[in-house]
This record gives sequence, C-alpha cells and structure tokens, in this order.
Amino acid sequence: MINKNLIIYLSILIFGLAAPFVFPAFKVQLSILCVLIILSITWNIQGGEMGYNSFGNILFYGLGMYLCASVQVGMFFPLAEWTESGGEKTFVHTPAQFFQGFGVGLAVAAIVPTIVAGLIGYSILGLRGHYFAICTLGLGVAAGEISGGIEIIGAGQGFTTPPFPNIGGLEARGEFFYFCSFITLVLTFLAVKSIYSTRFKLVLNAIRDNEDKAEAMGIQTMKYKIIGWMISAFFCGLAGGIMGGLVGYIDSTDVAFDGREMGVFMVLMAILGGKGTLWGPVIGATLFHIFKEGFWTFFLGWQYVALGVLIVVIVIYFPEGIMGWLREKYPERFGEVIDEADRKAQVELK
Amino acid sequence: MDLLIFQAPILMVQASMDGILLGILFALIAYGMALQWGVMNIINIAQGDLVILGGYIAYFMYLYGIHPAWGVIVSPIIMYFVGIGIYKLVINKVVDRDLFISILATFGISILFMQLMNFAFGADVVLANSGYGTTMLFDNSVVLPNSKIFAAVISIIFAIGLVVYMKKSKLGRAIRATAQNARAAKILGVDTEKVYAATFGINAALCGVAGALISITFTIHPYMGLPYTIRSFMIVIVAGLGNLPGVAISGMGLGVFEEFADYILGTEFRIGSVFLLLVLILVYRRFKLSKKREYLK
Repeated sequence: MINKNLIIYLSILIFGLAAPFVFPAFKVQLSILCVLIILSITWNIQGGEMGYNSFGNILFYGLGMYLCASVQVGMFFPLAEWTESGGEKTFVHTPAQFFQGFGVGLAVAAIVPTIVAGLIGYSILGLRGHYFAICTLGLGVAAGEISGGIEIIGAGQGFTTPPFPNIGGLEARGEFFYFCSFITLVLTFLAVKSIYSTRFKLVLNAIRDNEDKAEAMGIQTMKYKIIGWMISAFFCGLAGGIMGGLVGYIDSTDVAFDGREMGVFMVLMAILGGKGTLWGPVIGATLFHIFKEGFWTFFLGWQYVALGVLIVVIVIYFPEGIMGWLREKYPERFGEVIDEADRKAQVELK
Repeated sequence: MDLLIFQAPILMVQASMDGILLGILFALIAYGMALQWGVMNIINIAQGDLVILGGYIAYFMYLYGIHPAWGVIVSPIIMYFVGIGIYKLVINKVVDRDLFISILATFGISILFMQLMNFAFGADVVLANSGYGTTMLFDNSVVLPNSKIFAAVISIIFAIGLVVYMKKSKLGRAIRATAQNARAAKILGVDTEKVYAATFGINAALCGVAGALISITFTIHPYMGLPYTIRSFMIVIVAGLGNLPGVAISGMGLGVFEEFADYILGTEFRIGSVFLLLVLILVYRRFKLSKKREYLK
C-alpha cells in the first residue's frame, strides 16, 4: 500500500518536473494551474475542513501580489516614481537585483498576509454561516476598490512588475516562474497533507460538524480557526506573489483582488473536486482549468456565460464533488469497512 | 477634510438630501431581499443584477422613444416573469438546502446575467434621460433633480402598495404564513411551491421598479449589480428581517453615508466604503452578541 502511494507521488513529481520541457508551449498555463491548485487546497482548509465558506481568501492573494511586487521594486528604486512612469522604462533591475528582490518579496508576501489574517481573524471568524460568507465577500471587494484608489501602488492605471532580466534565452522566464509555482505547490501539498494527519484536522472537523459541542468539549475553537486561516493566508500570499510576477501587470480589481473571478474559482474548484478531502481540490482545479482554457479558446466571448452556467450546475447537481461521488461508489477505497449485506439492504431501501 | 463639512452647511444639506432620496431607492431593493430571505431563506446575490436588468428595460423604452417613466410599469411586469423563470430553473432546487448553496448558485446567476447584459447592451455606462429638470431649494443653493424626487415618490408608493397587498390579499396572507412556518402552511392547504415562485417574482418585480428608477436618476452598467446586492443585504441585517420601518430608515442612513463618503473621501472610494461598512457592521454586531455568548446565525 505504501509502495503504491509512493509510486503515485513519485510519478506526479517526475511529471511535474519534466512538464515544462515536454510541453514547452504550455508553461504559463501549467504555472497558472499550480497557482489554482494552491488556492483551492488552501480554500479547502476553511471551506471543506472547517465549514467556514470564505469568499475572502482573495484578500491574501491580492495582498501578496501587491506586496511582492512593491518590495521587489522598492528595495532598489523609489516606488512612487516607478508606478508613475510605468516603471520598466526608467529603471532596470540587474539580474541579481531581480532575484534578490523577488525572493525577499515572496517572503514578505507570505508573512504579512499571515499576520493580517491573525489580526482580523478574531473579529471575522466570530461570524458564522452565511454571515461569514458575505462578510468575507465584502472584505475582498472592499480591498480591491480601496487599493484601486491608492496612488503609490498605481491606483487605477495598474502596476507593472519588474520585467524578467535578459538571461538564459527566451524560455528562461517561463521555466523560472513554473518552477517557483511548482515548488510552492509541492510545499503546500506536503504541509497540508502533514497537517491533515494530525489532531489539528480533527479539531477543524469538529468545528465544522458542531462548533458549540466542540467548545463544550474544551477545545478553544477560536484559536484553531485563526491558525487555520493563517495557514491559508500564508500560502495564498505566496501564490499571489508568484502570480503577480507571472502576469507581469497588477490591476486592483481585475488581477489582484479579483473577487468575481479568482475568488469564486477557488470555491468552485474545491467543490467540483469534493470539499473536505485532500485530493479533491487538486482534481477539481485541474479539471476546472482544462475546461476553462478549452472554453476560453473555443467560445471566446461566451466564457463567462459558460462559467455562470457551470457554477449553477455544479452547485445544484454535484455539491459533493468528484471525490464525494467516488466515495459513494467505491467506499472500500476510502478505507470504509462496509458490511455487504447491510449495503445491499440500504441500496434496496433507496 | 471633515472641517469642510461643518464649514459648508450647504454642502451638508445637499449631501443629506441626495442621500435620503437615494436611500429610499435602496430600501425598496432591500425590501425585496428581506421578503425572499424571510420567506424562502435564500440570499440572492443576483439581486443587483435583476435591478440592472430592470434598468435596461426602461432604457430601451427610452431608446425607442417612449418616456422612460413608463418603465416603472412595464419593467416590473417583465421582471416578474423573469423572476418566475429563474425560480423554476434554479431557485426551487436550492430552497431547502444550505444557505451557502443558495449564495453560490445565485452568484452563478449573477455572473451569467452580468455577461449576457454585457453582450446584449454593451459595456457603456448609460442613462435614460427623463427631461424632468431640477428643483432649487434655499435660494438656489441646493439643487435637487426632479427625477430623484420622482424616484423617491414612486418607491414609496410601491412600498406602501406592497405592504397593503401583503396584509389584505389572499396571496399576501399565504406568503406571510409560509414565512412563519412553511410546514404548517403546507398542512393547512397553502401551495408553498406557488408561494415561493410568487415571492421570487414579486422580488424581481420590485427590482424592476428600482432598476427603472435608477436608470432615470443615475446611470446603469452591466457590472454595477453587486454593490446593490451588498447594499440591500446590509440594510436587511441592520434592520432585521420583517422590520419594514427599520428597512426604510437604515436605507436612508446608508444613502446619506454614501453621499458623505463620496464628498469626504472622493468618488473612487465610494463603493469601497460601502463594502467596508458592511464588514464593520457585521464585526460590530458580532462583538455585541459575543458579550451575551451568542453569535450571528
């Protein structure tokens, strides 16, 4: 059993490492896929395991994006002049400066959102159910609207991130960002997997199933909720930082705090794959991305119409997602021991 | 900047008047939201998009040479059937489910409507010119467009009409009974399925009225729906479900707040401040309730 799992993980790892060389045309798409998977895995910590359906994780993603780019520029050049002049024309990063700035920027992009999540967590996570959902939706949109009015990060005209230095040929940029996002994805997956094997996950599930009872059992639910949110914020910030560099241009409501798109995508991907499972968000994000790109290419212009229909159909007809469906179909694979006679009786009852 | 408010009383009166007239419109939309929330236990994210769609109906009447004020009558009739259609296709499948499911499903509808409107009507900001002129108050220092006053009066008429309808008519009583206890209403012979459909239709019709008025007084744009949803949600949670005077007052309060935010912070922060206010209100109520060891649910 262990061997089988190991083979699966190794083959995925090898595929991931070889992918940019096997499919060089799809490097950017693969990097975006990695970012999407990170977002849906981290959303699943809230929505799936903890039962807090958040539309607000986009806040950390956008925050990370702006922070990473601002630090990368601000370390070497005056930020205000950069955003005013459209950046890359007046100031040029040397390769060393670029990578140094990007590294420090990513660190800041991971740490600051985590702190923000810790600070606002106590107030926001006291809300429950749909109040939490709407409140976080408001938070995400408010962040977008407000950052669209701040001059130093480009306001309405956007923020151009530093261009990739001219080394290693044309392919280098795509490979660099692909490996950044892939390594982050692997780290995220390993971190979340190891978290899910501890008591922490059980606490989160207890909060989801019945928060009052969990509290009565002596669990400090608020503490665990905040920690859960901080873990999400950490990886969301990282993903945002990488995505900012990859896209090359940050706009407050269309790229960074894109609550209508990315904010809903991460919920949708996790639900499509099956929330409350480790692999569900990964499968959901992959399928969703393939579907989305296919649609974007073939039905240009109608993609959002299709997206709206897709959301409605998934939510109404597949609320359990793919993993939930598989679990119903093959419960043995999920480690559930089922008495065959009992199962037959239940099927007949249905 | 806040000195400006106290040194310029005229500006303050202007902002308050604008805000109150605007708030009455918000209250009308919020009334529809409170209705469906109370009866069907659904939060409709597509509320604002229904408003905008209603606005486009009035705008098209204007384009074809009919005075847009007639939209106040035509738009709710069309929107009623649109609402019934949405109910039959989507909403009736999410009524008894988790609230989050309804939020996500209506989010999907919202995106769908937004894009369809974008295709059908283009991405331009439009308004239907009613040609009503303006009213000057206090020695010509405060300017009120007549269209805003018209909008407020029509909203009040529709709101009062609906309240009377809810109290007196058979359907109104059935709706109120279903809101109190759907199961008991069913046992006593109320066709709850029909009541739900009618409720959603009435809500859509209210949105249609509000939309037509908005297209006359302000501007409409396919992507402007979500702020209206958030505003009506905010008004409902401040007032509480089934508290109609509360909805009216908090609607006006929100209108005044917005106008002041617009003057003090600048127009680019207007929508942002609305969303931020929502977060602040929810957090305030959360702390107030947590003193009693309760929570918002």
